[in-house]
Amino acid sequence: MGDTDFLVMKGISKSFDGTQALRNVDFSGAIGEVHAISGENGAGKSTLVKILSGALPRDAGEILLDGESIELGTPLRARRLGIYAVYQEFSLVPHLTVAENILLGQMPSIRVRGIVDWNKAYRQAEEILSSIGFTGINVRQTVSRLRVSHQQMVEIAKALANRRRILILDEPSAVLSQEDLTRLFALMRQLKQEKTLILYISHRLDEVFEIADRITVLKDGQLVGTVKPKESDQNQLIKMMVGRSLGEIFPVRTPPKAEVALEVRNLSREGEFSDISFSLGQGEILGMFGLVGSGRTQVARCIFGAEPITSGEILLSSKPIYPKSPRQAVLAGIAMLTEDRKRDGLVMNCTIRDNASLASYPNLSRWGVIDRRKQAARVQQKIQELDVRPPLLDRLASHLSGGNQQKLVLAKWLMTQARVLILDEPTRGVDVATKVEIYHIINDLARDGMGILLISSELPEILGMSDRALVMREGRLVGDFARSQANEERLLASASGVSQ
Amino acid sequence: MTTDNKPTPTNPFKAVTGLRKMILGSSGTQRKRHWVDYAFIAAFIILVVITASMSDVFFTQRNLSNLLRQAVTNGLLSLGMLVVILTGGIDLSVGPVVALTGIMVAGLSKGGMPLFPAILICLAVGIACGAVNGFFIARFKLQPFIVTIATLGTIRGLVYVYSDIPITPTDPAFRAVLGAGFIGPFPVSAIIMLACYPVVWFFLNRTNSGRAIVAIGGNEEAVRLAGINVNWNIFLAYMISGLFSALAGVILASRLGISQPSVGAGFELDAIAACVIGGAILGGGGGSTFGTLAGVVSLGMIDNLLNLFNVQSYYQQILKGVIILVAVLARRKK
Repeated sequence: MGDTDFLVMKGISKSFDGTQALRNVDFSGAIGEVHAISGENGAGKSTLVKILSGALPRDAGEILLDGESIELGTPLRARRLGIYAVYQEFSLVPHLTVAENILLGQMPSIRVRGIVDWNKAYRQAEEILSSIGFTGINVRQTVSRLRVSHQQMVEIAKALANRRRILILDEPSAVLSQEDLTRLFALMRQLKQEKTLILYISHRLDEVFEIADRITVLKDGQLVGTVKPKESDQNQLIKMMVGRSLGEIFPVRTPPKAEVALEVRNLSREGEFSDISFSLGQGEILGMFGLVGSGRTQVARCIFGAEPITSGEILLSSKPIYPKSPRQAVLAGIAMLTEDRKRDGLVMNCTIRDNASLASYPNLSRWGVIDRRKQAARVQQKIQELDVRPPLLDRLASHLSGGNQQKLVLAKWLMTQARVLILDEPTRGVDVATKVEIYHIINDLARDGMGILLISSELPEILGMSDRALVMREGRLVGDFARSQANEERLLASASGVSQ
Repeated sequence: MTTDNKPTPTNPFKAVTGLRKMILGSSGTQRKRHWVDYAFIAAFIILVVITASMSDVFFTQRNLSNLLRQAVTNGLLSLGMLVVILTGGIDLSVGPVVALTGIMVAGLSKGGMPLFPAILICLAVGIACGAVNGFFIARFKLQPFIVTIATLGTIRGLVYVYSDIPITPTDPAFRAVLGAGFIGPFPVSAIIMLACYPVVWFFLNRTNSGRAIVAIGGNEEAVRLAGINVNWNIFLAYMISGLFSALAGVILASRLGISQPSVGAGFELDAIAACVIGGAILGGGGGSTFGTLAGVVSLGMIDNLLNLFNVQSYYQQILKGVIILVAVLARRKK
């Protein structure tokens, strides 16, 4: 049995409610390898590793570990086999200490069984943390008080508290700062020496090319191919992931009008960002790029009244406004699509009709009583315009696919009389086809004169859609690029503070 | 809430579906659980048939109107409770509000106040109690369980401050009309209670605030970011609960003919039970008016049947507990 066939997954298939998430996927990994899995959102990356970690049952296929066929009914079984996964959604218990979280389920006891030996627990936890080169975390501290990037490290330490042969990292870089990422990469190299197979899921190509030994690309649940970074380049990989080149994805932009829709002057919020000034023209798409934690979302939330500002001015059509709540912002004509539709975009147990009307009830009712006919007509028209499928008013939001859910959130905001639309990661978690549709919708809205602030961590999206691109870093506006000057290198350098 | 799917009499299948939705369904999520709903309806019918065959008293007008009158208190409390549960909250303070308004209406009318203003004042007191709950829950984001458990104690204390001995309402019209009055074969109190159901249904399904309340229980943050005044709607929900508690208190006092300061202990549990049996989800995100009514009637019938068979009330408690558990168990997801 050669090293290369340490892990073999053959013909893995999985479907959810009739949607084929994985179709006959083959995958293999070697001891001491970092194997990246790339692909668009919804390509099936997470499903594949969740099957491997026992979190999801597979419909078909076989998994061989070290030449032996294995059954992975539960995460616990997978763990016994030495397979550990660190997901994007943490599985930490927020109000317990770092040590308890790392040693969860295996806390050391004193001589009487069941009584915790705290000194030993803290010592063990510290040892584990330092063995992965991660010092500077107080193991007695409550996890909820840690920074997100430190929480991620605790999560990884938790996986390493055990004998492991396969470590799965699902988009770990999404919440890590550059510095922590460097540290994570160092740790990954160390683990390779210790004969661990690491499956690294990421859609950030630069990272993948830096750390991976092999890259497997999935698209729409199917295997596209496996390449070695040295024998490939980013463009080839994008083509593999997307199935077409970028030129076909983004619509042709119409130049914006001269009138200003939204102006922000010296906006600050203590502890989040400071001194942000920019203006957004009518019909303009203004991109806003920045790494996670750069304060992009906070700026948007403050303009939208969801968080208070410390100082500064917001002008809508040259008139100053002071939105103290989203309610006031909506009334003034600002709409905001938030980055996580499940968390704060949709009411999942409510219907399309309810969700689409949520922001515009005052316009759909008289004396507080809803005009059902008017509501039905408006919602029907909007969801047909945006091609929400199925276009059934009484369908629950939770029964829609990710792409259609996102279009439903858009429909909610387009039902209002907004003149400024803030889009925070508008294409997160949607398939490529819907992505293209959403880009065209955004483009059409801009052509009709709406001012659009497009926040995104996907550079191609910023570059393909925006008339102008702003860059934020550590709560400050550090770059302002015209469409002609913007490119990936410049924006990324500006966002990560690397001088060119 | 897709309770607006009206049954079409021409198609028996559709009618069943529509009715099922109206009675038990809060949303389309029940699609995979047909058997639960049918099982409930079937169990209900079997129960009625068995009783009717074993007891010749059950189907008498006297017994049925008794059943209705006894269900009035819980019927009203459950309505208010439902509105609160839909926001994701809970109102444990309904029992003392029943006692407070019951004893106040007796006290005020004994003091010489005409009945109508006395009742209005009591309803206002109920709304005020709900407003206190709503204020602390909405404004300070305190847990509804804790806030209403605090007011549960406080309001009970206020009742005894007002009067620590029972008061008998003096106005004869009070008992004659509200408590014992009939329109045709129907008790007045039951008509009032039943009339409140379509009103609340309309409020929840056809008004801005109602839809907001339903949505808040599903995803409060999404509703806030949609520009809806979440605090106001939560506040409103507790005031509605207070209002229905007060109405229940006034009617209960008129039916019993005497206002005890100790009345209302454990009422919140029956109200929560009725909502849950009717498909409401504690923590928000589901529940329907007609389902709740079905819950109220089921609980009322169990009491009534066991009374007819002279079963001691301790056993009623046990049976109720079992039924609630079974109802929740059958309705759980997966």
